[in-house]
Amino acid sequence: MARKVDLKRFPGFQSMTYLCLILLYAPLLIVMVYSFNDSRSITSWGGISLRWYEDVFFGLEAEKFRAAAFNSVVIAIIAAITSTTIATMAATGMLRAGKFRGKSFSFALINLPLMVPEIVTAVATLIFFSAIGFNAGYLTILIAHIVFCIPFAYLPIAARMQGIEDIYEQAAQDLYATRFEAFKLILLPLMAPGILSGFLLAFIISLDDFIITNFVKGAGIETLPTAIFGAAKQGIKPNIMAISTLLLLVSVVFVTLSYLIGRMGQNKNGKQI
Amino acid sequence: MIKRMDAAIAVDIDNVTKRYGDFTALRNASIDIRDNEFFTLLGPSGCGKTTLLRCIAGFEDISSGAIRLYGQDIAELPPNKRPVNTVFQQYALFPHMNVLQNVMFGLQRLGKSDSEAKARAGHVLDLVQLTQLAERMPSQLSGGQQQRVALARALAPEPRVLLLDEPLSALDLKLRQAVRLELQQLQKETGITFVFVTHDQEEALTMSNRIAVISEGQLQQIGSAREIYEAPVNKFVADFIGETNLIDVDVKKITDGTATCLLPGGTKFSCPAAKGAHEGPGHLSVRPERVTIGKAKGSLITGTATRHIYLGTDMHIDINLQDGDVITARVQNSETANIPEVGDEVGISFEASAARLLVD
Repeated sequence: MARKVDLKRFPGFQSMTYLCLILLYAPLLIVMVYSFNDSRSITSWGGISLRWYEDVFFGLEAEKFRAAAFNSVVIAIIAAITSTTIATMAATGMLRAGKFRGKSFSFALINLPLMVPEIVTAVATLIFFSAIGFNAGYLTILIAHIVFCIPFAYLPIAARMQGIEDIYEQAAQDLYATRFEAFKLILLPLMAPGILSGFLLAFIISLDDFIITNFVKGAGIETLPTAIFGAAKQGIKPNIMAISTLLLLVSVVFVTLSYLIGRMGQNKNGKQI
Repeated sequence: MIKRMDAAIAVDIDNVTKRYGDFTALRNASIDIRDNEFFTLLGPSGCGKTTLLRCIAGFEDISSGAIRLYGQDIAELPPNKRPVNTVFQQYALFPHMNVLQNVMFGLQRLGKSDSEAKARAGHVLDLVQLTQLAERMPSQLSGGQQQRVALARALAPEPRVLLLDEPLSALDLKLRQAVRLELQQLQKETGITFVFVTHDQEEALTMSNRIAVISEGQLQQIGSAREIYEAPVNKFVADFIGETNLIDVDVKKITDGTATCLLPGGTKFSCPAAKGAHEGPGHLSVRPERVTIGKAKGSLITGTATRHIYLGTDMHIDINLQDGDVITARVQNSETANIPEVGDEVGISFEASAARLLVD
């Protein structure tokens, strides 16, 4: 095997790496550390305490945050289920239906939302909803979330399906399974890790979304990100750091799970046979 | 031997052509595969043999012609409506089902009850000696065991025809030889027509009742192993099946299937001619084991021994002719064997029945 390139020998690579790491993670680290601050200040350290976590759950604003978190989770679950279903069907069409007219165009259509600036989507969705006279509220948030979650769910599902040779479905059909039975009994179970991975990714993308939600939500409805933003506008209190840390934790757990599940299935049912 | 002339036709491949765009994978192939026969499609990779198998299974549509299964035209039927099962080259065992579930799959799709399917699957697993592995997952099995599961799974629904797509190619040599015998045995026991695809001529010769040799989408010859080995119709078949010497000759005359020709060096020689061979420059096929080496005087062709290749029980001796061609003789190793030294002038002889004028 050829010797691997030693990156340390490239001038500037090391300092560049540290700079990137600091810019990316130092702010997060500060938020996490200060969420355990006993002081009211957000800059001076007053010892370790869990009082701001207590404040998040039982304090003055607890009711507001709880309602927002509930909205977020409900919307994320429904959006993730719906977008994962649509993405699975889309992947099946793209990867198992053979060649059809407009295939590359369809591929672009599915993945384009990843490239459109979110603020553009947000404005466009808002204009669209008001143009058709659709009242802003729960349902508008839900529809918007389902739509922008589709490409995120699609990616791991399509990647997984690409790794499954169609010989299994052929074998099933050879053994008297109809096309639908081959899909239901063979392809779907083999795809399960990819689908779960797509679901978790869609869930967390929906849970974390701020820009689009902020545009299309009605006056009375808050999700957790919009609630945090609203509270932060009135001055950053340590309880915001605590709630941000919790949200970060949930995100990290879900993204890690999504990655691990996607990979685990690959090893088990991959091309080794 | 029972004469099988009037045996029922299991698979009637009638003038089948398969095109992919501009590429013709299979050209006007017509083959009758008989009931209860071990039939082999033999050819180098890319010759169209797997395409033909996939056409029978229903994974490929044919461009023209017809495929009939026991008289029924199946060209329009989807794979799941055809009473044939396939053993795939990569086995394609369902990775999320255990051995028993894999074998039961086809039976359940046919609407058999669970207990019925289980009983039948158990019987088939018994047949391939895998009963004790029924609960294992495919990833826990060796290559040979996976191959048996694939076989059991395809046999379980009692197909009228079993299609086997190079099922032995992933096994090592020892195992392959053992499985050959078992497959043959299994075909006899079950009475199911086997259509076997391989590029391995030895496999084809040892297992099949009949063989169809295919090259570049074109059917070359159909016959028993013996017919194909001893009476190849053309240069491709002679060269592909076993080893042979192709000797340049000048054909003077062909009458009643016997050719009279001039060998290199000018000796006149008569031997059988394949149907379709013509006068003028041509090739004789003579198998190395039918070539005898002796004194130059009184022989058919003379040359110089240039190389020995030791093969254990046998020895290959290369003899260079004056015109630069090489003839190989296969001599059995023994104390009395007459093996010329490298550089010796030798004479080559062979019986008229050992030689055959080919179609180029």
